Amino acid sequence: MRVIVVGAGEVGSNIAVSLAESHDVIVIDVDPEKVDELTYSNDILAIEGDGTSLETLENAGIAEADMLIASTDDDETNLVTCGTAKTVGGVFTIARTRNTNFFKTWTKSEDAFGVDFMVSTNLLTANDIVRVVGLPAAIDVDPFAGGLVQMAEFEVTAESEIAGQTVEEADKFEALTFAALVQDGDVVIARGQTRIEAGNRVIVIGSPESVQSFSRTVASPESSDEARDIVVVGGSDIGYHTAKLLEERGIEPRLIEQDADRGRELAEDLPGTIVLEHDATDTDFLVGEQIDRADAVIAATDSDEKNLLVSLLAQNIGVQRTVAVVEEGQYAGLFEAIGIDVAINPREATAEEIIRFTQKGQVENLSLIEDRQAEVLEIEVDEESVLTGRPIRESVTELPSDVVIGAVTRDQEFIVPRGETVIEPGDHVVLFVATDVLSPVMDLV
Amino acid sequence: MRIRVDWRVSCRLVGTILKWLWVPLLFPLGIALYDGTALLPFVLPILGTALLGLGLEQLTDERDLRAREAFLMVSLTWLSIALVGAVPFLLAGEGTLAEPVNALFESMSGITTTGATVIVNFELHSRAILMWRAVLQWLGGLGILVLATAVLSQLSVGGAQLMETETQTQDVNKLTPRISETAALLWKLYIGLTGLQVAVLYGLHLVGYAPEMTLYNAIAHAFTTIATSGFSPRGDSIAAFSPAVQWVIIPFMAIGATSFVLLYFVFQGNFDRLRNSDEFRFYVAILGFFSLGVGGMLFANGGPYTSLEEIARHAIFQVVSIVTTTGYASTDFNLWSAGPKHLLFVCMFIGGMAGSTTCSIKTLRWLVVVKAFRRDLFTAASPSAIRPVRLSGSVIDEETIRDIYAYTLVSLVFFILATIFVVLDASRVQLTVSEFEAMSAAAATFFNIGPAFGIAGPLESYEPFPRSTKLVMTFLMWVGRIEIIPVLVLLTPSYWQS
Repeated sequence: MRVIVVGAGEVGSNIAVSLAESHDVIVIDVDPEKVDELTYSNDILAIEGDGTSLETLENAGIAEADMLIASTDDDETNLVTCGTAKTVGGVFTIARTRNTNFFKTWTKSEDAFGVDFMVSTNLLTANDIVRVVGLPAAIDVDPFAGGLVQMAEFEVTAESEIAGQTVEEADKFEALTFAALVQDGDVVIARGQTRIEAGNRVIVIGSPESVQSFSRTVASPESSDEARDIVVVGGSDIGYHTAKLLEERGIEPRLIEQDADRGRELAEDLPGTIVLEHDATDTDFLVGEQIDRADAVIAATDSDEKNLLVSLLAQNIGVQRTVAVVEEGQYAGLFEAIGIDVAINPREATAEEIIRFTQKGQVENLSLIEDRQAEVLEIEVDEESVLTGRPIRESVTELPSDVVIGAVTRDQEFIVPRGETVIEPGDHVVLFVATDVLSPVMDLV
Repeated sequence: MRIRVDWRVSCRLVGTILKWLWVPLLFPLGIALYDGTALLPFVLPILGTALLGLGLEQLTDERDLRAREAFLMVSLTWLSIALVGAVPFLLAGEGTLAEPVNALFESMSGITTTGATVIVNFELHSRAILMWRAVLQWLGGLGILVLATAVLSQLSVGGAQLMETETQTQDVNKLTPRISETAALLWKLYIGLTGLQVAVLYGLHLVGYAPEMTLYNAIAHAFTTIATSGFSPRGDSIAAFSPAVQWVIIPFMAIGATSFVLLYFVFQGNFDRLRNSDEFRFYVAILGFFSLGVGGMLFANGGPYTSLEEIARHAIFQVVSIVTTTGYASTDFNLWSAGPKHLLFVCMFIGGMAGSTTCSIKTLRWLVVVKAFRRDLFTAASPSAIRPVRLSGSVIDEETIRDIYAYTLVSLVFFILATIFVVLDASRVQLTVSEFEAMSAAAATFFNIGPAFGIAGPLESYEPFPRSTKLVMTFLMWVGRIEIIPVLVLLTPSYWQS
C-alpha cells in the first residue's frame, strides 16, 4: 500500500515509522529539518512542501496513493489537505483534528470535508482517561470485540495483594488471562511460575467484569473499589470532554478552572459537573474543598508543567490516583517515573488510533504495548487459520512461544480460552503477540 | 441635547388599538338588540372609540417604537381601554356601576382579568352589560397587546419590543420568525380553547347535567375561564352551577394558566416539551400540594361538606381558581376555617405559568427564586463553585435572576404598602376591615385574582370600600397586570429627561 503522511511531527513520524515496515510511505512536511531527519533515519521518502498544495500532493504521487493521513498540528490544514487530495482521485483520507466541532460535523455526514476517517484527538484522549480512571490501579485499558473483552495494564505496588505471588497464585479469576509482565521496561510472557514483583506491570485480557475485580486485587487496600469522586483540573477541551464522559457514566465530577469566563461556560455546558473557579495549585484551596479525599485527580490543563505540578500536589495531599495529560511525548515516561500514576499523551493516543485503523482489514482491532514491544490483536479466524477446528492445547504447539491467547468471543459471547477450547471459524480471538514474532504469527492465524 | 420620550408615537399607537375596539363592542350590542335592552351604552362608545382612535392616529406620522415609547404605550393602552370600557357601564346607569369610580373599577378589573366586582345586585344589570364585562376580560386575557402586536407589526414597528414589555420575560419563545405570526397562532389557540369550552359547557346543558348553563352563560363563562379572569354574570359565581360544570371548569382554568407556547406544542403532538418543562411540573406540583392541603384540612375540620367528592371538588376548584388567578368561587370559602383559608391566601402569591393568561408572581419566577436560592446555599458552602441556574435544562443568565429577585421583592413591597393603605383608608371612614381582610383584598386586586376574604369575599362585593381605596385598587390592578415595571419606569424622572 502507498501511504502519504502529511505532517512529520510526533504523530506523523510515529505513524510513518510504524507503517514503513510493511508499506511504501511518503511524508510531506513544510519543515526541511524534519524532512531530512526522517529521510536519513528511516526507509521513507520525505518531501518538503505544503500538504494543502495540489502540486506537492501530485509530486508525492497522490494519484497512485491508497491512503493519505493528514496529521499536522493544525486542524484546518488537515481538513484542507484531505479535501485537496480528494480532488485527484479515490485516495482514502484520514484527518486528525482537535476541534470537536469538526468531528461532530463529520460524524453527521461521513464524507464531510473529504475526510474518510477522522480522529478527534481531544475526544480520544478524554475517552482514554475515563477508561483508565474507571479501573483502580490501571494505567492502560483498551476494549476489544465490541467491549466484550478488555485488555488492561496495571502497576503492581508493594501494598498490592499480588506483589510477590506467582502468576499461578494470582490467577484466581475465571474469565481472565495473564498475558505478560513488564519488568524494567521489558515485556515478559506470563508463565505459571513467573513471580510478580512490586514495580512490575501486569497485562491481562479478560471480560470487563473480571478485569474490574482483578483491578481491586491489584490496587492497594485503601483505594476505593470504584472511583466516584473524581476531580478534573483544567477546563481545556480535553478536561471538558473528560467531565462530560464522566457525567455520562453517572459520576458527578468536580472541575477546577482558573478563568472565570471559561468556568462559567463550562458550568453552563456541564450540568452534572460541579465547576470550581480557582487556581488548582493552591494547596489550601485543595484541602478546603476536600480534594485530598478524591479517588482520582485528572490534570488536564493546557500546560504540561502545570499538569505535573497539580498531580504532584494532589499526591502530596493524599489523593489516591493521579492522571496527567502530557502534550510533549518525551515527558510521558518522566511523569510516570516521578510517580504520576498515568501519563496520557494525546499525540501518542492519536498515532495509535490511526495505526490501529490502518491495520484494519488484517486485524479487527489492536493495541500497542510498551513502545511496540508487543501488540494485542483481535482477529476473526477463518478456515485456514492454524487455530481453527482444534483445541487450543494443540494449536499453540504450532505458534511461537511469545503468543498468548487472551480471550475468545463467539456470537457476541465471551468464552474463556482453556486448553480444551475448540475455536470455530468466525470466532474473534484476542491475542497477545510479541512484536518480533508478529509476522509469522499473522501468517499462521 | 435632550432626547425625550416621543409620547406622540405612543399615543398614536394606542389610537391604532382603540380604533379597533368597536369590534368587540358589537357583541354586547347584539345581545342588547336581541333582548331589546338599551343600545345607547354600546352605540356611543363604538362611535367614540373609533373617533378617538383615529384622532390619536393623527398625532404624528412617526411609527417607530423604541423601548421608551413601548413602556409608555403599554401603560397607556391598558389605562385607555379601561377608561373606554367604563363608558358602557356609566351610560347604562344600572345599579352600583352608575357611579364613575365604580364603573372605572369594574372596567379595570375586567381588562386586567382581575375579576373583582363592585356589583352588589346582579339582577339589576342587563345581560348585555354583564356580557361586556366578560368580553373585556376575554380581551385582557391573552393581553390586548398580543392582538396589538399582530396589528402593529403589520405596520412594521417593534413588535418584539412590545411583546417583551408585555410579558417581562426575556426569552419570549417566538414560535415563528415573524412576531405577527406568533401572535396570530396564540390567538387561534385562545379562540379555539374558548370555543371548546363553550361547546363542552353548553353540551352539558343539552344532556341535562347543567340546567343553569344556557348558551349565554356558557359563552360568558368560557370568556372568563380561559382568560383566568373570573367575572361571572351570576352573583354566586360558579356556586350557582352543577358539580359537573364545576369539574369541567377546573381543567379549563388550569389550561388557561399553562404556558401557551407549551400548549401550542401539545397541540402539535409534541408532549416532550410539556414533560421536560421544569416550570410545568412545578406548576402541577403546586396545584397538587395545595389541593391536598386544603382538602385535607376541610376533611379534618368536618365543615359544611357531606361527601368526599364535595370536599375534593371545592378544594381543587378553589386552589386552581386562586393559583391561576381566575377567582371563581364554587362555594363560599369565606365560611371555611382559618387553616384552609390561609392556604388559599398563600395561593394568591403564586400565579400560573409565564406566557399564559395568568397574573400574580407566576410559577416561573418562584421556581427561579427557589433554584437560585438553593444555588446560593450551595455556593455559601463552596465559594469557588460556579453553578448556573437551569430551567428545563437551559441556563438562566444572572441578569434575569436579578430581575426576577427584584420583581418578586417589588411585588411584595407593593402588596405591603397596599395593605397598609387599605387598613388606614378603611379606618378613616370607620369601615371595619380586619388585617387579614385588608391583606387579602390588596393581594386580590394587585395580583389580579378578584375575590378576597371577608368584606370582599367570593360572594361579596368591593362596593363598600371608600372611593379612595377603590381608586388605589384600580391603580393596583393596572400596575399588577402590566407587571409593575412599565409603570414604575414611567414614574422615574430620568425616563422623561436624560
